[in-house]
Amino acid sequence: MNKHNIQLDKHGRLRHFLTIEGLKRALLTDILDTAESFTSVTERTVKKVPLLRGKTIVNLFFEASTRTRTTFELAAKRLSADVLNINASISATTKGETLLDTLHNLEAMHCDMFVIRHPDSGAAHFIAQHAAPHVSIINAGDGSHAHPTQAMLDMFTIRRHKGEFHKLCVAIVGDILHSRVARSQIHALSTLGVREIRIIAPRTLVPAAAETLGAHVYHDLREGLRDVDVVIMLRLQYERMRGASLPSEHEYYQLFGLTEDKLALARPDAIIMHPGPINRGVEIDSAVADGPRSVILQQVAHGTAVRMAIMSRAMRHQGGEELPS
Amino acid sequence: MNATSSDIDALLNGMSARLAALLDERGIDDPVMVGIHTGGVWVAQRLHGLLKLESPLGALDISFYRDDFTRIGVNPQVKPSRIPLSIDNRHIILVDDVLYTGRTIRAALNELFDYGRPASVILAVLADRNGRELPIQADVAGQHLDLPPHRHIKLQGPDPLELKTGEAP
Repeated sequence: MNKHNIQLDKHGRLRHFLTIEGLKRALLTDILDTAESFTSVTERTVKKVPLLRGKTIVNLFFEASTRTRTTFELAAKRLSADVLNINASISATTKGETLLDTLHNLEAMHCDMFVIRHPDSGAAHFIAQHAAPHVSIINAGDGSHAHPTQAMLDMFTIRRHKGEFHKLCVAIVGDILHSRVARSQIHALSTLGVREIRIIAPRTLVPAAAETLGAHVYHDLREGLRDVDVVIMLRLQYERMRGASLPSEHEYYQLFGLTEDKLALARPDAIIMHPGPINRGVEIDSAVADGPRSVILQQVAHGTAVRMAIMSRAMRHQGGEELPS
Repeated sequence: MNATSSDIDALLNGMSARLAALLDERGIDDPVMVGIHTGGVWVAQRLHGLLKLESPLGALDISFYRDDFTRIGVNPQVKPSRIPLSIDNRHIILVDDVLYTGRTIRAALNELFDYGRPASVILAVLADRNGRELPIQADVAGQHLDLPPHRHIKLQGPDPLELKTGEAP
């Protein structure tokens, strides 16, 4: 049994959502289809369905986040769950409580699901291994390892705008080395069967194993953008950079910043994505970020429906045995 | 005992006549018809045509409102509910294929009220069978069936529509 099976229960249904790695295409497609149904809920007068009524969901964030935490909270509330937001970086952990003590205390309060963001890679896995049988864990970003719900909302955005994955060439541009988003995106894109995945980055920001993930590596933005259908820009992660990976912001922008003239090499109907927050004038020009081909705000809008889909599917295992019908 | 498409046509014509009489009796003109996915939408499409209703047809998928979610989970093939106009103060005709336990109608009423506050709701079903678990009854039914608990009945369609009975799975 490999370590990723921890995400599935004995019927092969989603129990935890920790990483895209090891999940089958059919499961990812089911999540995207379920999310499609939830988008209609967010367009109604009463933006709420009673699916998770009576369940308690804890947002346990050991690292700052506004967008991700807010969309998780919104998703949980639209499913009628009760939500606790815990900013753990300024809470009990600073008094010396361990991660597991925090978990066990919240379990003792009968919480059903934990959405966890943590600066250490593997934190969500660690918690899932020690969680009580009735509890589900959702990874909302762990170190530079994975951010699977962000990758799924990106896949949802790509499918909505571009249709079938097998026809698409997708380029991920920027700081791949430090990016948990890029790692999850690459796994998702390859599981969903895109035609080609390109990584475009300076040599110092490409992980050693990039090509074993099935991606083609480019060090020249113009060359890499030629004929792509989707351009995913990544944020330069100052907070994760130790040492001098880069000459200067200005030089980075000259070489790897996305501008209208560089974008002209991509397909005319290409879409531009960015997981946010954007550093305007560092990795992307404002004219592109706010331009007609940008779907950056749609990504944010899709975040709620996709997280509703993932939470409701993971919570389902708590019902026990499958009925015969 | 299976009802074929010509039988279904007769049932639909009967339902349409009784619905027209009921609307007349209650002084309702321009009701909003809403079908429940999947069979109820097929029946509603036919009734909507027979009654020559003006307001567009709505459709509900009650998957997010089921009371057995924790046992069976979300079906990824949930179809989006589509109510094309405001239902506030409107008279609704809710349509389903088979009325059995009443739980589907309970869920549909809950979902309907998340779209607004209708003036009234009339329930019309193609087949009304025994086995109710909730105090819900049809105002208009195509036919009434008395079946043993292990038998189930299902509408197949959309073209032609056929009511099939069989052993419950």
